[in-house]
Amino acid sequence: MKVRLGLLPLIAAALLASAPAGAQETKKLAVPYVQFTLPNGLDVILHEDHRVPMVAVSAWYHVGSAREKPGRTGFAHLFEHIMFEGSGHVAEGNFDNWLEAAGGDNNGSTDNDRTNYWETVPSNALELALFLESDRMGYLLDAMSPEKVNIQRDVVKNERRQSYENRPYGMAFLKLPEELFPPSHPYHWPVIGSMEDLTSASYEDVVQFFKSWYGPNNTSLVVAGDIDPREARRLVEKWFSDVPRGAAVPPIAAPPAVLTSEKRLTLEDHVQLPRLYLAWLSPVAFAPGDEAMTVLSRVLASGKNSRLYKRLVYDLQIAQDVSASQNSGPLGSTFLLIVTAREGHGLSEIEKVVVEELAKVKRDPPAARELERAVNQIESAFYNGLERVGGFGGVADQLNAYELYAGRPDYFAEDLARYTSLDPRDVQAAANRYLRDDARLVLSVVPQGKKALAAEKKP
Amino acid sequence: MRRGLPAVALALLVFALPASGQKAAPGKPDRSKPDRSKPPALGPVRPLKLPPVLELRLSNGLPVFVVERHEVPVVQVDAVVRAGAGNDPLEKPGLASLTADMLDEGAGSRGTLEISDETDFLGADLSAEAGWDSAAVALHVPVKRLDKALPIFADVLVRPTFPASEIERVRKDRLTELLQWRDEPAAIASVAFARALYGPGHRYGTATVGTESSVRALSRSDLTAFHARTFRPEDAAIVVVGDVGADSVRGELEKVLGGWKASGPGAAAEVPAAPQVPGREVWIVDRPGAAQSEIRIGRIGPPRSTPDYFALTVMNTILGGSFTSRLMQNLREQHGYAYGARSRFDFRLSSGPFVAAAAVQTDKTAPALTEFFKELEAIRKTITDAEVAKAKNYVALSFPASLETTGDIASRLAEQFVYRLPNDWIQTYVSRIGAVTTADVRRVASEYVDPGKVAVVVVGDRGKIESEVKALNLGPIKTWSVDDLFGVEKKSK
Repeated sequence: MKVRLGLLPLIAAALLASAPAGAQETKKLAVPYVQFTLPNGLDVILHEDHRVPMVAVSAWYHVGSAREKPGRTGFAHLFEHIMFEGSGHVAEGNFDNWLEAAGGDNNGSTDNDRTNYWETVPSNALELALFLESDRMGYLLDAMSPEKVNIQRDVVKNERRQSYENRPYGMAFLKLPEELFPPSHPYHWPVIGSMEDLTSASYEDVVQFFKSWYGPNNTSLVVAGDIDPREARRLVEKWFSDVPRGAAVPPIAAPPAVLTSEKRLTLEDHVQLPRLYLAWLSPVAFAPGDEAMTVLSRVLASGKNSRLYKRLVYDLQIAQDVSASQNSGPLGSTFLLIVTAREGHGLSEIEKVVVEELAKVKRDPPAARELERAVNQIESAFYNGLERVGGFGGVADQLNAYELYAGRPDYFAEDLARYTSLDPRDVQAAANRYLRDDARLVLSVVPQGKKALAAEKKP
Repeated sequence: MRRGLPAVALALLVFALPASGQKAAPGKPDRSKPDRSKPPALGPVRPLKLPPVLELRLSNGLPVFVVERHEVPVVQVDAVVRAGAGNDPLEKPGLASLTADMLDEGAGSRGTLEISDETDFLGADLSAEAGWDSAAVALHVPVKRLDKALPIFADVLVRPTFPASEIERVRKDRLTELLQWRDEPAAIASVAFARALYGPGHRYGTATVGTESSVRALSRSDLTAFHARTFRPEDAAIVVVGDVGADSVRGELEKVLGGWKASGPGAAAEVPAAPQVPGREVWIVDRPGAAQSEIRIGRIGPPRSTPDYFALTVMNTILGGSFTSRLMQNLREQHGYAYGARSRFDFRLSSGPFVAAAAVQTDKTAPALTEFFKELEAIRKTITDAEVAKAKNYVALSFPASLETTGDIASRLAEQFVYRLPNDWIQTYVSRIGAVTTADVRRVASEYVDPGKVAVVVVGDRGKIESEVKALNLGPIKTWSVDDLFGVEKKSK
């Protein structure tokens, strides 16, 4: 991520963040759009929304850390930073200078599978945003220099320090993908990359990466908000048509990721309390079972009445917090449980309760009300996701996400229907199928010198 | 599936129409190169057209502000009370915060599990928390379930039961949270910075949630008394933003809140103004092995009511409130010392802090401090018209983006209520920013940013940074341990 003023970036980006979107049955859950493709391959999606006089421009390059090679990890994200440092007709600094002078904001982020860039501007500055976005798509290398790469290399190393190394439990998120996916799998290494690889990234790598992945034919562009679609189309064609088509993009292949046994690991960290991570491989994004695992995450750990929260935090009061998430990606997904123990409690004690609760959800399907409660929360998240057009997770971002992962920008209603059509037995079946005791990672993060607090394998 | 149809119809319509201006008929896009020699000109600014803010009153006098927004079928309902951590007795820091936190742990006839189950089932977010100047109960819910959520919301606001067992549970949660702050360099830095600026004798010298010893000492009767005293319709307002009609929502609110009567006298005295820091002191908090140093530099700032609010907003945008700000450009873009650097005025009812901050790599701690002070000196000497113009545009033109969601609009109205801002402050915000002159910005920079009178906090690996920092001769260097800041009772065994 380029930066967040005043906020610490979230750690969750190590695995793909899922992007649920918006819905309603009284009012139709639909986000109308216009779509066309330029001759150079750029996939363009337009959406009108006149709530506020702002326009969101969102460019998704279909490349993330999954396209990196061993020894060059972290490169997709380092490259994201370089995209803000000027292009052929935009001197260094002017990308931000011009946008801010027009009242616009911008940012970008990188995950395993894509890199996104957005500008949110007053609607009178749409053309400026398109000029800037097209200039770096077409003419980035004209303005590139080894010095720019070096400065951003330092910035990214500080991002890594701030987000992982100097953050409690931060190193766990670097460890998880390495342990869950085999070395040959493109999700094996963390998006932020290793310090050594960041050091060895060369200027030639920048040139090659741009030529390989940053063509319009590997990109979708959403323009959403206070627009006239005809005028917006004219402007997109004006600014993006001269961008040459990039290299043909080969399909990405991922070898199967399979856990064949239970793995146990312990990390020591500068923390007061031990934290338990239980992780499994789970169905990829939009595959059957993906939705049941998302609902299961809520049944287990969303709200005071969720199974794990109720037992560990509310009743027994041996844990400070518990979270569960289905982290879906197109090439692999993980299901992750995280529990922080309270003082005086070790992770074996925590694990025992977690295992008991998982056994219950495998034995009997959740109650109808329990399922409905989880699905209602998901439905609300769909509505809430429609409230903001731009920025991370706004409507423009969601249209791009659906376009890339579901094949159609307005996939909101179909996505929600995946959840509303679930039966309690689907959730039970998914728990049995994917949350296997003999195919999981048990990671304990304990205070320095307190290995005894780690979750021990039962004798 | 049918939902795709309108989009397709619209697409065909666009295809059928020749694009205006350029010869870019769809299917035959303009392949000639556009003029990239300069950025395209901006068109005329389109004004923000906010729906009107309706101010209603319930029969007990409780004001209700309603903004109808019908685009998304959700509604935000906030109850805002003008009493927060600033109203904590000095010996009981954390009282307002724990009181607010307990509101949804049992209210009316429902216990905490029932409240949680019902709100989750409704797909609602219900939260209660206290800041420095106010406390709020906030409800966000699909509008089709508002009628079921409102009675719970009203109970939580007016009839919390403060069950003893839940108090103990939440107390344990808070104590553990305070224990976990010891792991967070940014949390340590903010506790240390507040202590360095205000000292333990001023409420702002201690976090809103209080300290380990104060959290241990708060009793149930403290909480019930604070609620009775400060949660009263005379000091409260309801803000409703979303897919509702003003009349019907007033009727629903009247049913659940029209009978709310004050049972206490109102909040106690406000936080006194704090004396300005007299000189420059450096506090180092040791974190052996830290990969970065968390830096905080700042001083006492003005209250929210200052007439310089707009000029300060523009000045801070130039200094450290935007990506192109001097601090960000220097520490990140020029030197690569940090992922980000920023500054802000924390405007409160009384004199909140001004702070410049960054997390910098350990071996660049001293050079980063040098650059910070360079910028704090420079902003008092030179500010150009072009910088002011850019910052004013940035603040004013991006203002509509802060009024996009129901929650955005509700927080602006809550701010208006809490700080007794004029009713037209949202409408006049842009013109007030527009009226700020370069002279104003220069004046507030030299008045409020005085790098000779600041507290400097560095949380990092003391063994690696202290001698370098000392060599900068910023002022006397003092040290705190994490235990000094958080107390030693809970030192890990």
